[in-house]
Amino acid sequence: MSVVRVLFSYIVFPGLIFTAVVGLFLTWIDRKVTARIHWRVGPPWYQPYADFLKLLLKETIIPEGSSKVLFLLGPIMGLVAMSILAVMLFSMNINPHNTFVGDLIVIIYLLAIPPLGLMLGGSASKNPLASVGVSREMTQYFAYELPFLIVIAGIILKSGGSVKFGEIILAQRASGPFLYSISGVIAAVVILLSAQAKLGFVPFDSPEAEQEIMAGPYIEYSGVPLAMYKVVRAMMLFLLPLFLISVLWGGFANWWAILKFLLIIVLMILIKNTNPRLRIDQSLRFFWLGIGGLSIIGLVLAVYGL
Amino acid sequence: MKRIVPIGPYHPLQEEPEFFKLIVEGEKVVDLEINIGYNHRGHEFLAQKMTYDQVTFLVERICGICSDSHPYAFVLAVEDVAHVEPPPRAQYIRTIIGELERIHSHYLWLGLAGHFIGYNTVWMWVWRYREPLLDIFELIMGNRNHYAINKVGGARRDILPEHYGQIDKYLDLLEEKNTMFTKAVLDDPVIRARLENVGVLSKEDAIAYAVLGPTARGSGCAIDVRKDDPYDAYDKVDWDEIVFDEGDVLAKAKVRLLECFESIKIVRQCLRDMPDGPIETRVDEITPGEGICRHEAPRGEVFHYVRSDGSNMPARHKIRAPSFMNIPSNVVAVKGYSIADAALVLAAVDPCYCCTDRTVVLEDGKKKLTGKDLLRLSWQKTERLRRRYRR
Repeated sequence: MSVVRVLFSYIVFPGLIFTAVVGLFLTWIDRKVTARIHWRVGPPWYQPYADFLKLLLKETIIPEGSSKVLFLLGPIMGLVAMSILAVMLFSMNINPHNTFVGDLIVIIYLLAIPPLGLMLGGSASKNPLASVGVSREMTQYFAYELPFLIVIAGIILKSGGSVKFGEIILAQRASGPFLYSISGVIAAVVILLSAQAKLGFVPFDSPEAEQEIMAGPYIEYSGVPLAMYKVVRAMMLFLLPLFLISVLWGGFANWWAILKFLLIIVLMILIKNTNPRLRIDQSLRFFWLGIGGLSIIGLVLAVYGL
Repeated sequence: MKRIVPIGPYHPLQEEPEFFKLIVEGEKVVDLEINIGYNHRGHEFLAQKMTYDQVTFLVERICGICSDSHPYAFVLAVEDVAHVEPPPRAQYIRTIIGELERIHSHYLWLGLAGHFIGYNTVWMWVWRYREPLLDIFELIMGNRNHYAINKVGGARRDILPEHYGQIDKYLDLLEEKNTMFTKAVLDDPVIRARLENVGVLSKEDAIAYAVLGPTARGSGCAIDVRKDDPYDAYDKVDWDEIVFDEGDVLAKAKVRLLECFESIKIVRQCLRDMPDGPIETRVDEITPGEGICRHEAPRGEVFHYVRSDGSNMPARHKIRAPSFMNIPSNVVAVKGYSIADAALVLAAVDPCYCCTDRTVVLEDGKKKLTGKDLLRLSWQKTERLRRRYRR
C-alpha cells in the first residue's frame, strides 16, 4: 500500500472530500424536508455548497484574548477525526476482514472527538454565552454517552464478544442483522437518539440554542473555522447513520442499504421537526433515567440472546 | 460565581432592541436588570405638532403588530374630549377590526413562542394560518397592516356586504385550526414539560406590578377593559373572559389561544348584528378639555390621554402601552429559573418594545435634560448623520 493510496483514501475517497460532499448533500435533504414540513419551498440542491464556499471567502476573526491555537484546533480536530472515521467505516463495510482488535473502541473515540473539539474551541473563545453553551454541551455529552456505551456493550455481546468492527458486520451477514430482535430495536432507538444529540438536532440542541445563547460555542466563529464546523456537522450526518446501519442493520451489504440509510435520515429529520427543544436538565434526565434504563434492559436482553 | 448573560440589545430572541441583563449563577438566573430606551422615537411630542387627523396615522405607527389599538384608543380619547358619538355601524366596524387584530397578534405570539422553544414547525404552521387574515385586512382596508380604519367620529372605510362571506369562511378555517393548535399545545408532553410551572407570576405579584391583559388573566386577575368598561360594540355582543390561575407560561399561552375563540365569536356576532347606515359623524370642532380612553389591545389595556385647547392639534397627548406595565414583571417571573426558561419567560408577556420605550436623562436622581434639550440633541444628531452620509 503506497503512501499515495493512503493519502488518497484519507483525503479524497472515502475520507474528507467524498464524505464532506455527501454530507453537505444530506444537509440539503435535511433542509428541504424540514422546509416541506414547514410548508416552505426550501433551498435549491446546491445551497449547502454555496454556503460553504461563501464562508471560505469570509474573513476569519479570532476574538481578542482568546487562545488562538485552541480556538482553531477545535474544528480541525473534528475534521481529522471524521475523515479517519469515514475511512474506517467504509473500508470495513467493503471488506469486513480488514479489521483489527479494538477498532470498535477507536471508532467510539473518534465519534467523541467532534463534541470535544467544540468544547475546546468554544471555551477558548472567551465568550460568556459560549461558556454556557460549552457547559451544556459537556452535560449533554455525559448524558448521551452512557446509554450509548451500554448499548455498544450489548452489541459486542451479540456478536460473540469481539470488539472488532468487522466481525460485528460478519456476524450479521452470517445470522441476520441484529436489528431484528428486541434488544436490537432498543439499541437502534438509543443510538438514533444519541446521534440526534451528537448532531445537535432538536430536541437536544440546547448547547447551541440560538434563541437563548445565540449558537453557544459557535458564537465567535466566522469564516473558514465556521465552515469547517459546518462540514464536520455534515460529515457526522453522513457517518452516524452509516455507523447505525453497520452495527445493527447488516452493514452496507447491498444497494438496499441506501434505502435504509435514507429512512434513518428522514426519521431523524422528522424527530427534529416534531419536538420542541428540551432544557438541559430535562435532556439529562431523559438520557440517564429514560434512555439509560432502556439501554440496561437492552443489555440484559442481549445477555440472554433475545 | 455570578456572571452576566446579556439578552439584547440585539439578540435573536427579540425583534426589537431592548436590553435584559440576566445575572446568572451557572444556569440559574438570580437577578434581572431591564434597560429600555434603545428605540425611543418621541411620538407624544410629535403628536403635539400634528392635527388630529394626522395623529391617527402617526400613532398607528407606534407599533407594527397592534397597529389598530393605538389609533383606536386615540380616536376614542378625542371623541371623549369632543363629546362625539360615532354612528353604530362605525362602532361595529371598529370592534370587528379590533378583534381580528387580536387574533393576528395572538397568532404572531404563538408562532414566536414556538420558535423560542425551538419548535419551528409550530412557528411556520401558525403563521401559515395567520396569513389569510392579513389577506382579509387587505381586502377590507387595502393594507395588510397599518389599516387606517379609525377616524375621529367614525371609521374611514366600510366593510362591504360582499366581503362578509370571505370573512366568515376564514373564521370557519380559523376555528378549526385554533382547535388543532389548542389540542397540540395541551396534549404534547414535551411542550408541557417546557411550559408548565415555568415563569410563575403569582396573583399578588401580578397585582403589585399592575400587569395587564393576557399576562394578568393568566395569573388569575380577571381584568379586561372590554368587560369592565365596555366601549363601542363590546357591550352588545356575548363573550366570555378567559382567566387561568396558574400564572405560568402555559397559562398565558392558554389564555391567548382561548381568547382567539372568543374573538371569533365576537366578530361573528358583529357581522350578524351590524346595522346599516353612515360610518362617520362629522366633527367640526374639538372643544377645549381633557379626554381619556382605555382600550383592550392584544397585550392588555392601552391608555391614551388627550388635552385639547380648542385648536386643531392636541395640546398634550400621553400614551401608555400595556408592555410598559408587563415587562417589569419579568423581574419576579424570571428569578430562580434557568437561562433556557428565561428566554421563554421574557417572551411570554408578548413584549412590544417600541410601545415601551421612554427616555429620561437622570443625574443624581434629578432630571438633567428636559424634552426640549432632548429634541435639540436629536436634531443635532440627525444633522451630523446627514452630513456624514452626504459625502
